[in-house]
Amino acid sequence: MDTWSLLLDGFATALQPIYLLYALLGVLLGTAVGVLPGIGPAMTVALLLPITYALEPTAAFIVFAGIYYGGMYGGSTTSILLNTPGESASIVTALEGNKMARAGRGAAALATAAIGSFVAGTIATVLLTLLAPTVARFAVSLGPSDYFALMVIAFLTVGALLGDSAWRGMVSLSIGLFIGLIGVDTLTGQTRFTLGIPQLGDGIDVVLVAVGLFALGEALYVGSRLRGGELPIIPITRGWRTWMRRSDWARSWKPWLRGAAIGFPIGSIPAGGADVATFLSYASERSLAKPEYRKQFGKGAIEGVAGPEAANNAAAAGVLVPLLTLGIPTSATAAIILSAFQTYGIAPGPRLFETQPVLVWALIASLFIGNAMLLVLNLPLVGMWVKLLQIPRPYLYAGILVFAGLGAYAANFTTFDIGVLLVLGVLGFFMRRLGFPVAPLVVGAILGPMAEEQLRKAMQISQGDPAYLVHSPFSWIAYGLMVVIIALSLWLKRRRARYEASLPAVDTVAISALDEDIESHEPHPELDRGRLSTTALPRVRRDGEDDDPDDPAPSR
Amino acid sequence: MRSMHPRTTRSTRLQSIARIGIAGVAALTLAACSSSGAPAGSDAPDGEAAPAAIDAVNVIAPADPGGGWDATARAIGQVLTDSDLVGSAPVTNIGGAGGTVGLASLATETNPNTLMITGSVMIGAVETNASDNRVEDTTPIAALTEEPLVIVVPADSEFETLQDLVDAIVAEGKGVAVTGGSAGGIDHILAGLLLTEAGVAPEEVPNTLNYIANSGGGEALTMLLGGTVQAGISGVGEFSESVLSGDLRALAVSSAEPAELLPDAPTIQDEGIDVTLTNWRGVIAPGGISDEERQALIDLVTQLHEQEAWTELLATNGWTDAFMAGDEFDSFVTDEITLTQETLRTIGLIE
Repeated sequence: MDTWSLLLDGFATALQPIYLLYALLGVLLGTAVGVLPGIGPAMTVALLLPITYALEPTAAFIVFAGIYYGGMYGGSTTSILLNTPGESASIVTALEGNKMARAGRGAAALATAAIGSFVAGTIATVLLTLLAPTVARFAVSLGPSDYFALMVIAFLTVGALLGDSAWRGMVSLSIGLFIGLIGVDTLTGQTRFTLGIPQLGDGIDVVLVAVGLFALGEALYVGSRLRGGELPIIPITRGWRTWMRRSDWARSWKPWLRGAAIGFPIGSIPAGGADVATFLSYASERSLAKPEYRKQFGKGAIEGVAGPEAANNAAAAGVLVPLLTLGIPTSATAAIILSAFQTYGIAPGPRLFETQPVLVWALIASLFIGNAMLLVLNLPLVGMWVKLLQIPRPYLYAGILVFAGLGAYAANFTTFDIGVLLVLGVLGFFMRRLGFPVAPLVVGAILGPMAEEQLRKAMQISQGDPAYLVHSPFSWIAYGLMVVIIALSLWLKRRRARYEASLPAVDTVAISALDEDIESHEPHPELDRGRLSTTALPRVRRDGEDDDPDDPAPSR
Repeated sequence: MRSMHPRTTRSTRLQSIARIGIAGVAALTLAACSSSGAPAGSDAPDGEAAPAAIDAVNVIAPADPGGGWDATARAIGQVLTDSDLVGSAPVTNIGGAGGTVGLASLATETNPNTLMITGSVMIGAVETNASDNRVEDTTPIAALTEEPLVIVVPADSEFETLQDLVDAIVAEGKGVAVTGGSAGGIDHILAGLLLTEAGVAPEEVPNTLNYIANSGGGEALTMLLGGTVQAGISGVGEFSESVLSGDLRALAVSSAEPAELLPDAPTIQDEGIDVTLTNWRGVIAPGGISDEERQALIDLVTQLHEQEAWTELLATNGWTDAFMAGDEFDSFVTDEITLTQETLRTIGLIE
């Protein structure tokens, strides 16, 4: 009851017209800067921090909340449309989202990301309001061995990304793990594989890895094929009613809720972070999807966008739990918000709710408001964003290259990063050319260093006793769950195989009918099977008449 | 002077707009405008405030936006321009590897009117990273602020005093895990100093001290609250709220005088151990600048220190004044480097 009245007071503060304007300013700025590839929420908040110096604390934090959530939204847009994730938490979104965009389903991907972010963000903010102190106390009770267990589970995701050839996937993963080793080792302070270059001291930013491999590698690959002929222009859906079809809603709502359920707790764990949450969400969506939809994973499955996007927004709210209740920043963005608190002479910590109740509750209330505002702002923009894809490919990819380079530069303001980006782009090109999947590499580069650090910390605390890894209830549960998941999926596979063997006719018919249904709604599923066709394929005109009145002639 | 404020506020706002712009396409030109436009507007402020030998000074934060070094750099830039000591003082971030990336960039800097933030963390990072560019190669200008460190234990810990903790580490060795900031950083160095002061032979320190290093802020606090480790060392600001709320207990602070944020905690000296160590921050200029150029920068920073606005900023940020300029700071830096090298060798991080 007390919480509710405090929250209502918070709303009373945040709903004053002037604060609403500040919230609007925040979400606009956040979205605008967040849309630029390579610039995630952390960078956005850091860059915009000086603007808030002129404001009083409540107004400043309302602007912040807007920038924070706005940056999260903005990041997914470029991930989906241009394959250039703005931050590590939207890397997974690019996997399915960009495939969807290239199959003409960009609007659906953007819409499910926006609505999912809103739903999960709101649920997570409610949880933050109600459970913050409890969750925070539980979260800090976990130690390195528990985090390591979490990382091991997250590594299961790799299995989902390996592609057709397991050994190629493992090669890719190994390169990723190696890239993760570069830099100063946290526990000993020694440099590894930096070749004496100081800029490599902090390792290679995973966003650079993702943008280099996804966007640059692909632009080079497409470039190498362009002379073969015109590429078809990506069809887009017109009219907001067609963005999300009934089947899209049906396939999205469960992933949204699961994403929120995964994202919030993982975000509040000090070593979790939004990226781990998106991996777990992706892996669970893939294994929970109906068989007929699961085949779509890797080719543009909407669940693979809805779940991770919901998870990363829920994690964004989760991150605020330890920040507001204990003063512990668990992500780069949180660390910057923490320093903003300190600029105002406010010390976040266990006493923050007592010493600054008005500020904290106004901040929480403005999270709700900002979230709603973002949905209202972003849904109408979906139609505008997807038009980007109608730019003929040579210009589109030239634009992507410029933005990728600009993003790489802006992240640290050093030209060295652009060099790194180019090297990674060339690596990405050859991997694509030779049929190696790039996603396991990115997963390895993100999870490798985290898992290593936690494993070594655990070993250092226990002085080398491996039993320490399974000494806590959380780690039992985590490993137990993992065994169950693996066993279950093997059992399901066998069962399905047996079932299909016993009822071949009925099953195939059912599945192919469903397939037909999906395909009939999707104009170009076959254009993109990981490899771009070099010649202009005849368009599937089955449903083209109503959906695309302009003739998409290559001359446009 | 007050009347100048609106103008300068606008100029900082312009700068921030330019910063966002750097990220965007159109604003590349904006940024160029603001940097080329600055000298043109800087003819106004000579004369009344001081005989300003310097029109514009570049302030470099050798860290990403958001941290302590960044905040210090921005505070310097703000006070310098707000009090019209210089016409413009743009802040650049060159982050990475404990400041050694910034150090490498300072080595090739040709503009003598450049101030880069430095501090104890950078001196340690130069050693552990075996950086080619060293603080000795630069021109030390002044120390500005310092923050005491605090040694804490979880609220339910058996250790009542610092001596209890040190005795336990000496007796049990690696069974007592101590956490803190990055490996070879000032927290780690303090842990090493406490052990050598307690009579542990330097060659035994690596086998006695179980120091769990963390790269990000907050990880040390998490481990302490979760009871994963037995003790922690960090800047007073990082632990003070948890100490005041009763989640942690402060055993001692590392400054000569009790810390403002934790007035009840004794100093290490009070506890009978002869160690004083603070996390200081200062400014350095490129190496090889002339004596006049060095003196001009020292004068400028001295004037900065005399500004009321600076004193206010120190208070809002909770920084302790530790001003020391010129030759005194020179020899301080030399001593710090020697002490750091010795301690890092003792704790086994460098050879």
